[in-house]
Amino acid sequence: MSWLDRLLGRNETSGQIAKQRLQMVLVHDRADLPPGLLEQIKDDIIQVIARHTAVDTANVAVHLEQNARENRLIAEVPLLAARGRRG
Amino acid sequence: MSAQVLTVTSGKGGVGKTTVTANLATALAMLGKRVTAIDADIGLRNLDVVMGLENRIVYDLVDVVEGRCRLRQAMIKDKRQPELYLIPAAQTRDKTAVSPSDMVLLCDQLRQEMDYIVIDSPAGIERGFRNAVAPADKVLIVTNPEVSAVRDADRIIGLIEAEEKGPGQLIINRVKPQMVSRGDMLSVDDVLDILAVELLGVIPEDERILVASNQGLPLVMHGLNGSSAGEAFRHVARRLDGESVPFMDLSVKPTFMSRLRAFMSGQN
Repeated sequence: MSWLDRLLGRNETSGQIAKQRLQMVLVHDRADLPPGLLEQIKDDIIQVIARHTAVDTANVAVHLEQNARENRLIAEVPLLAARGRRG
Repeated sequence: MSAQVLTVTSGKGGVGKTTVTANLATALAMLGKRVTAIDADIGLRNLDVVMGLENRIVYDLVDVVEGRCRLRQAMIKDKRQPELYLIPAAQTRDKTAVSPSDMVLLCDQLRQEMDYIVIDSPAGIERGFRNAVAPADKVLIVTNPEVSAVRDADRIIGLIEAEEKGPGQLIINRVKPQMVSRGDMLSVDDVLDILAVELLGVIPEDERILVASNQGLPLVMHGLNGSSAGEAFRHVARRLDGESVPFMDLSVKPTFMSRLRAFMSGQN
């Protein structure tokens, strides 16, 4: 990285960019789940949970995580406050 | 003692499988081992020219498998190493001329007479790859510090594990220390982070590799000093033979200009 890159606010080397891109693409390669499929899974999860309780649909997040050679699907499903349910 | 079968593979083409195979087979032979190299890239024969044995071919791998010659007749003896042999690929056939079980049978016939059998796999993940991996005791995965090569290596690692030939060991070929030091090439640590596999060797980029293949004389035979890639290959051979050899220091020695550049970019 040169002083010029720094001056222009480019603070990542191409090596770092390569590593990040590889990590992203390999998470999907390894799980055999293309990024578009995750969106479908997210919608399905929302539907299932919404049958039982109110879901904050705008803030649902589904992503893949990898640890060494293990993949994990992480879904965060915030629920709407159960207003009046106990009262 | 029965031979160990080492298969050199990569997924992506052009990362240096044939160069690695030729140099490791030769380096193992230079350690006094009995070695047979097998070119499993049927239809795209190349190990013969890299080893400088192309003029001696009479029979090939497919001739052995189809019973047109005895195994010994297809084994070309190296010009310089007394216990190094090559079984060349057929040039006018395709990958389906040989099956994975043919390869297992052929290697089993060789095991008693050899210490190492080194198989050069074709690129890809299809039949040719499965032929090459079927008899393997250990799979050596060759990659370059480059996005597409690392991605393909990851795929290969997965396939090797599925075939229960895993986990495999990694050789990172064509590393350019200058580019790594300025952040424009994936470092060895980056690649290991991503692939999470055991490192067997790091081979620096070296123009003499091309000179060596021009001459048909694997780099490890080009004298004992002056070639960092040749030295790195000899280290890999010793590691394969059970010796613990520290990895070469490929970091770039700082010069006045590189220090100045680092200072200007705030990396000092």
